[in-house]
Amino acid sequence: MHELMVAQNLLTAISAESEKLNARPISARISCGSLYAINDEALCFAFGAIAKGTTCEGVILSIEHKPTQGQCKDCGQSFEVELSDPKCTNCGSRDFELLAEAPLILEQIELETASNGTSYN
Amino acid sequence: MRKKVDVGKKILGENEQYALRNSLFLAERKTLCLNMISSPGSGKTTILTRTINELKDRIKIGVIEGDIETQIDAERIRATEAPAVQINTDGACHLSAVQVHSALEKLPVDELALIFIENVGNLVCPSAFQLGETAKVVVLSVAEGDDKPAKYPAIFAKSKVLLINKMDLLTAGAQVDFDIERVKTDARRLNRSIEIFPISAKTGEGMSRWYEWLLRSIKNPQL
Repeated sequence: MHELMVAQNLLTAISAESEKLNARPISARISCGSLYAINDEALCFAFGAIAKGTTCEGVILSIEHKPTQGQCKDCGQSFEVELSDPKCTNCGSRDFELLAEAPLILEQIELETASNGTSYN
Repeated sequence: MRKKVDVGKKILGENEQYALRNSLFLAERKTLCLNMISSPGSGKTTILTRTINELKDRIKIGVIEGDIETQIDAERIRATEAPAVQINTDGACHLSAVQVHSALEKLPVDELALIFIENVGNLVCPSAFQLGETAKVVVLSVAEGDDKPAKYPAIFAKSKVLLINKMDLLTAGAQVDFDIERVKTDARRLNRSIEIFPISAKTGEGMSRWYEWLLRSIKNPQL
């Protein structure tokens, strides 16, 4: 359940961005490397629970899992690693190195801004 | 009016900053720091107490103990006379870099050649959080079954060493479904260079190769 810590950091980041723009967040898109082992359901549940009563209440999360990248030691090709059967997609070699994992990133937020100057925060 | 705003901000940025500070702090002092990760009950603390006792005449070792509750593990370590700091995560399933940062301030790091961080018993969550360690060591005991590298690939992909503990159960002929070759094959599938040492922290079987690796790595703490 490391999703709870991710959710807390996410809540802080979304709240800060929304406050800066004086707008209410509607949805947010995040991305992370597949080896982070983020469970979408657990993250949405944790986020929903801690967002109650904050400006982030009701925000819908979408999570993009970026494939793990490898670099072949035989042919040098970079490729997407299939975790269940990892091998170079170019030459088939199983001698490869995993490349640095894609970090957890808050990519985009959809916001509702007040047209009449009402403050959301 | 609705609009979409691109943010592009790292969510665990604060943890990563602390991890970087820890890693620089350790590198300056040439201290090797190993983040020990496993399921609960795999024998991490027993591995550490035996390792400390058998290497205490040669190198000085300190320990950061992570547990959800209690001081039990730190007390077991202190019985070896090695300095130990206990972190209680109060429910959290993993250690974070800021907790390790404050634990490092309580250890006599300048005197230590090696620091073990014993993470909270959990094969999934700790693998997502950098602590500033030099390397990760994953521990798997034979009683847990041989399917763990296939089921939890992340931690095996990210670790420098795999310790297969409780080998004495197999030697004693216990009814354990554990094909060690399957474990080795699955662990190396994502990580060809992972060092694998089958050990028994209880009987001492296989421990000498682990000690040799530790002594070799201390001379080159960048790994």
